[in-house]
Amino acid sequence: MFAYIVRRLFYTIPILIGVNLITFFLFFVVNSPADVARAHLGEKYVTQQAIDNWVAEKGYDRPLMFNSHAPGTDKITDTIFFQKSLGLFTFDFGQADDGRDITTDVLTRMGPSLALAVPSFIIGIWVNICVALVVVMFRCTQLDKAAVALFVSLMSISGLFYIIGGQYLVATVWRLVPISGFEPGWMAWKFLVLPVVIGVVSGIGLGARWYRTLFLEAADQDFARTARAKGVSELGVLFRHVLPNAMLPILTGVVVVIPALFMGSLLMEAFFGIPGLGSYMLDAIRAQDFAIVRTMVFVGSVLYIFGLILTDISYTLADPRVRLN
Amino acid sequence: MDIDSIKPVILWTDILIWLLVISLSTFLFTLRKNPESRAQWRQVFSSRLGMVTFIVIMSYIVLALIDSLHFRKVLPPTAGQDANTVYYSNTVNSVLDVLLGEMSERKERSYSAPFSLKSFTKENMNDAEGVLYRGYPDLHHAGSHLTDKTQHKSDLLLQSLIGIAKGLIAGLLLCLPFRLASKQSELPLFTGVVTVLIVCAILGWMIHVGNLYHVLGTDRAGNDTLYDSIKGIRTGVLIGTLSTLIMMPIAIILGICSGYFKGWVDDGVQYIYITLSSIPGILLIAAAILQFQVFINLNPGFFEVGLEKADARFLGLCFILGITSWAGLCRLLRAETLKISQLPYVQAAHAFGVSHIRIIRQHILPNVMHIILITFVLDFSGLVLAEAVLSYIGVGVDSTMPSWGNMINLARSELSQEPVVWWNLLGAFFFMFTLVLAANLFSDLVSEAFNPKNRQER
Repeated sequence: MFAYIVRRLFYTIPILIGVNLITFFLFFVVNSPADVARAHLGEKYVTQQAIDNWVAEKGYDRPLMFNSHAPGTDKITDTIFFQKSLGLFTFDFGQADDGRDITTDVLTRMGPSLALAVPSFIIGIWVNICVALVVVMFRCTQLDKAAVALFVSLMSISGLFYIIGGQYLVATVWRLVPISGFEPGWMAWKFLVLPVVIGVVSGIGLGARWYRTLFLEAADQDFARTARAKGVSELGVLFRHVLPNAMLPILTGVVVVIPALFMGSLLMEAFFGIPGLGSYMLDAIRAQDFAIVRTMVFVGSVLYIFGLILTDISYTLADPRVRLN
Repeated sequence: MDIDSIKPVILWTDILIWLLVISLSTFLFTLRKNPESRAQWRQVFSSRLGMVTFIVIMSYIVLALIDSLHFRKVLPPTAGQDANTVYYSNTVNSVLDVLLGEMSERKERSYSAPFSLKSFTKENMNDAEGVLYRGYPDLHHAGSHLTDKTQHKSDLLLQSLIGIAKGLIAGLLLCLPFRLASKQSELPLFTGVVTVLIVCAILGWMIHVGNLYHVLGTDRAGNDTLYDSIKGIRTGVLIGTLSTLIMMPIAIILGICSGYFKGWVDDGVQYIYITLSSIPGILLIAAAILQFQVFINLNPGFFEVGLEKADARFLGLCFILGITSWAGLCRLLRAETLKISQLPYVQAAHAFGVSHIRIIRQHILPNVMHIILITFVLDFSGLVLAEAVLSYIGVGVDSTMPSWGNMINLARSELSQEPVVWWNLLGAFFFMFTLVLAANLFSDLVSEAFNPKNRQER
């Protein structure tokens, strides 16, 4: 297994290079740095001098991939691709447009993101599985039908409406919690309750419906029937026999997103004013700060690939039949 | 309207959506001969739910299609203008605008509540004696046909009945040919007819009353909310269909090739889709759209009217949405092709020396068709929802383009205002929810009917 993990880690290198090539193409080839500078500084009324200054200040005044003027290995290294894109591999993210160090920003903003994402994630899965198990207990009845109809309706509502509606109802009308904001330390809970609840509720439709189909498949199999024949109660069947057997497909969907929790939720953080990585990305997108966007693309890819590896490992833990080689 | 006085404007997305509809209908028409797919479609439509949701989706698609026929009106000649030159208006209208009557031109000053005769915000006004006071001014375009303002409610009722009656008549005319054509059928035609009538009645009511009052009020800039919501249909439907359409050829070719040829082709394709899907979708979309917008802004010469710029961005958005959702279909097709190419009939075809292209076309493509179809209907609703989120972030469709996402974005703080302005959100919510719900229910039925796992049970 150790050898397998090491090999998988080596496989990630070409993928990350591919990611780098794509972002490099998007950020430097589609529009030259001078074009970006012009768009950034105001489209028509900008002098060439201002553009040149901006480009030089950011270090974009190099050739894209091959520097024919430079001596020796500098031909390759003194280029935008080498300096800006491959530099990400050493976790050297450079500076944002406002001069702040991106690495520090990312590290400090990770905390609030996790404070929101981890409870939403864990409570969300727990609620979804419980709801799905209850519905499966009443399978082939009117209650089951009604529940499925409810799930489909819930998942047809845009996430934006959950947030706007929840904020209006809980924070504006009932005045139970503050509308938005954040505070470091334990007092953060009162700012986090509402986003967590909204995150869980908005995910019930899709999640519970998915778990229901997984459990239904397992609930009609021979081992479940045998257990019932032995006299195991329905609850016992569901928790002791159905749930463990449905674990493998659950893990496929769940484990892969765990590392991505670090990235935070874009919408939630924006609406609730939580200074995490999600709102960091959103601000960067709105301010067209491409240095930050490039960094977050890289970080996101690393986390996703990490999630894939974790998924494979979790298979061996959940199902002794699976061997990695 | 005189046909000489308009100049057609052909947008790229218009061409694509019409092409899509034509090719889909011919494709479905050729499937008529295939008994298996006939049975599958019959299964979908034999349930009442399938019939109702199909009709609802179709009415959205029809509205989107007639909203995809654009033209520019000619401007009335001004003094001193050369008799031979004609100037066209800079606003682009569509056939739907004509159908909706004057709904597009009924601008107010600011907010107004649904069906209200007066503005929602107070303004400085002069009374009959010229004394300045603050009050709610009358709206320009709501209830202007009324001579007596106290008859507001009874007139509303009367006009509603007229509108519904108009819609019902149109609906009956629409249903008549179908009713005559098929007298005996296992399909729940009665349910279908009732749904068509309900949809037509709602539409008739919206158009008739919407031309006399602001049915869903007006937004901050004074635009009719109902009109904006209806115009948002085109954006929603197009994003749900075109994104999948654009990525489909690539996904099909690469997915089947990697499953069929295996070896280095397989490695290459897997590398591409793992790389693409490892980039966080929202960031890839944001980066691509921002860069594309920079490109559009730096090359204004490519576009004649503002709508064409918005359309270019829209097409770019469909494209990049397609790329981010491409990997899923590709992976499914690859797995299925791997399975099929081991089957005896494919091996037999190899032994007979049938060419690769012919094997793929004759034996593999028809057997993965259900996956393509299921992906198409399953992705639709997700893409409609994604549009709203992307527009909120600011990397969705152009802000000048009517879309539900833009409506929500503009109205997001209106609920916390005092007094509450709720109708803009309601408009976007109602139209989006109906479409997405219908699409979700329909796609469930389709995937149930076409999934080979369920085949024995029928």
